[in-house]
Amino acid sequence: MIAHVAPLLTMVTSAAAAAAERWPGVDETVVERVAVAAGRTPWTVPFAPEGDALLFAFLIAGLVGGFVLGYTYRALFSPPAQPGEERRP
Amino acid sequence: MPPACRLSGAEIARAAPTSSRPALAALAVIAVALPRPAHAMHLADGILPFGWAALWSVVAAAGVAVGLARLRRRVSDDRRVRPLVALVAALVFVLSCMPIPVPLVGTCSHPCGTGIAALLVGPWLTILVTVAALLLQALFLAHGGFTTLGADVVSMGIAGAFVGWGTFHALRRAGAPLGVSAFAAGLLSDWATYAVTSLELATALHGARPLGVTALTIFAAFLPTQIPLGVLEGLLAAGALSFLQRRRPDLLVRAGVVAAEDPA
Repeated sequence: MIAHVAPLLTMVTSAAAAAAERWPGVDETVVERVAVAAGRTPWTVPFAPEGDALLFAFLIAGLVGGFVLGYTYRALFSPPAQPGEERRP
Repeated sequence: MPPACRLSGAEIARAAPTSSRPALAALAVIAVALPRPAHAMHLADGILPFGWAALWSVVAAAGVAVGLARLRRRVSDDRRVRPLVALVAALVFVLSCMPIPVPLVGTCSHPCGTGIAALLVGPWLTILVTVAALLLQALFLAHGGFTTLGADVVSMGIAGAFVGWGTFHALRRAGAPLGVSAFAAGLLSDWATYAVTSLELATALHGARPLGVTALTIFAAFLPTQIPLGVLEGLLAAGALSFLQRRRPDLLVRAGVVAAEDPA
């Protein structure tokens, strides 16, 4: 059984690794290479979100940013309502 | 097959030697509290040595002080500045944490939005919105560092904003149309941000190599990704100003982008 599972596991993990290497940011392709070559190691604070929690954080950030954009857009670009009528979107 | 265990997890835990529990708890705390490797679009913590990080923080703090004084004055003059600054801050926050894939190169990077911001609220207030955006990203998104916040503010909020603003007004004085000037401002503000980031990295990390060569090498490595993103930022800036010109030309007049008698 191990003989069957091991190649599959290897294939899945290498595919996952390849997927993780696709579309790297310039932080990895440029900044990190320069830093590591100079003996520096980038680090992050312990409470920083990881994995799906990071996706969640980005989603919430997008929602909050989008809400503020929409709210302020409305304040700036919608004509003020006249007495007795609803404010136009 | 292993023999069946007749004890529950709670019973095993109760039977465990109590002397190891504080040690395990201490190990768990240390594991959580230890800094972890980082990947972030802005400069992450640990990349710049402390002295350089402190220097850029002092430069950024000076810009923030001037920005706060300008903000107070402008808000007291015109209360409609507040929603405009909030809109610009949200725009910079969203744009600068959005990794955009560049298919030709196979990498991702983010636009900065500080060129557009500088056109709408001026370069000094752009420093403030950049600090707010970068601080929120460092706090909640593991996107950029705290020790490198000053360096990121200098590259994005100061260099990007002043280059964008200066380019726009120089081109307008030379008679360039609004859209062309805004495009050039967005484009050059993005490239200036990464040029200054290259300089920040090179000054701190060039070692025995010549500073100029190191900075140019780093900047050249950014270019394949940042050339298309700069064009995108230019298009965004031109689109935003054209939109405002149609919908709220008074905002552009108040921001000093166009003169009252010179709407185009």
